Amino acid sequence: MHIPDGLLDAKTWGTAWVLGGAALAYGAAKTRERLQERQIPFMGVMAAFIFAAQMVNFPIAGGTSGHLLGAVLAAVLLGPWTASIIMATILALQAFVFLDGGVTALGANILNMAVIAPFAGYWTYRLIQRIWNNRTGTLVATFIAAWFSVVLAAGACAFELAFSGMVPLRVVLPAMLGWHVLIGIGEAVITTVVVGYLTQVRADLVYETAKI
Amino acid sequence: MRKEVWILLILAVLIALFLSPFASPFPDGLERVAEDKGFLEKGEGKEIIHSPIPDYVFPGIANERVATAVAGIVGTLLTLAVAYGIAVLIKGRVASKQEIQERQETG
Repeated sequence: MHIPDGLLDAKTWGTAWVLGGAALAYGAAKTRERLQERQIPFMGVMAAFIFAAQMVNFPIAGGTSGHLLGAVLAAVLLGPWTASIIMATILALQAFVFLDGGVTALGANILNMAVIAPFAGYWTYRLIQRIWNNRTGTLVATFIAAWFSVVLAAGACAFELAFSGMVPLRVVLPAMLGWHVLIGIGEAVITTVVVGYLTQVRADLVYETAKI
Repeated sequence: MRKEVWILLILAVLIALFLSPFASPFPDGLERVAEDKGFLEKGEGKEIIHSPIPDYVFPGIANERVATAVAGIVGTLLTLAVAYGIAVLIKGRVASKQEIQERQETG
């Protein structure tokens, strides 16, 4: 759901840049405070993995495809603030190097996929994991959070398009949610498999939740 | 670096090289909605910069699958380098082992 240039009006992409930028500045400060030095290589590798995985579109239904976002994957393993920085880094490279998502729209794409997706996902994950606090609970929480992060980011994208006067909300919101309810299942499966593997080999790779 | 982190990196490289060329060519969720609701063309040709590797196809390579694989590996390694660099910048200079030892000794 990378928005290209031309679909958002100036007031919308400008506002999104301000909101997204402010969240990233705060995210950088939080990452400085909380990311451990030994996690620095993990942060780089996580970004590289998400970039590669985002390239692999999987068909869902009716001639439409989706691909991993990776926001919840990064948030569960490195915390939501660091996930924001990782996602924004990927989105910026995609916009400037690969023509995937616009440059004016980058702020909105950051807001949807690097702020809303990791935080909505992370809070959902924490809420479920707090009630169901074992390995199965962690994986179920990851699955639901990953699905929800995609659906919510798609909803935000629909609001931005409507706010720009591109398409009425009553038209774009059900359409965006309809497809992303399905794409979110792919997100949930991939995220849960990767988190499941990493937590099986090294339980300590999961973000220290007590520090949030 | 821990073994699991190496495995994740190797997996990223393998995905970029061997899976990305076989990605579904269907439009993604947003493109599909834009197409169905008639606003797709408003986002076409509006790019304000010249991208070096547009649409994940490395220029100058005739075989499209190979061009995508090359774009994938370039992008994956570029992302690794930039994200690692940003992490180091955010955390400040990584202290050397000697410095850590000195700090511990001086208490």
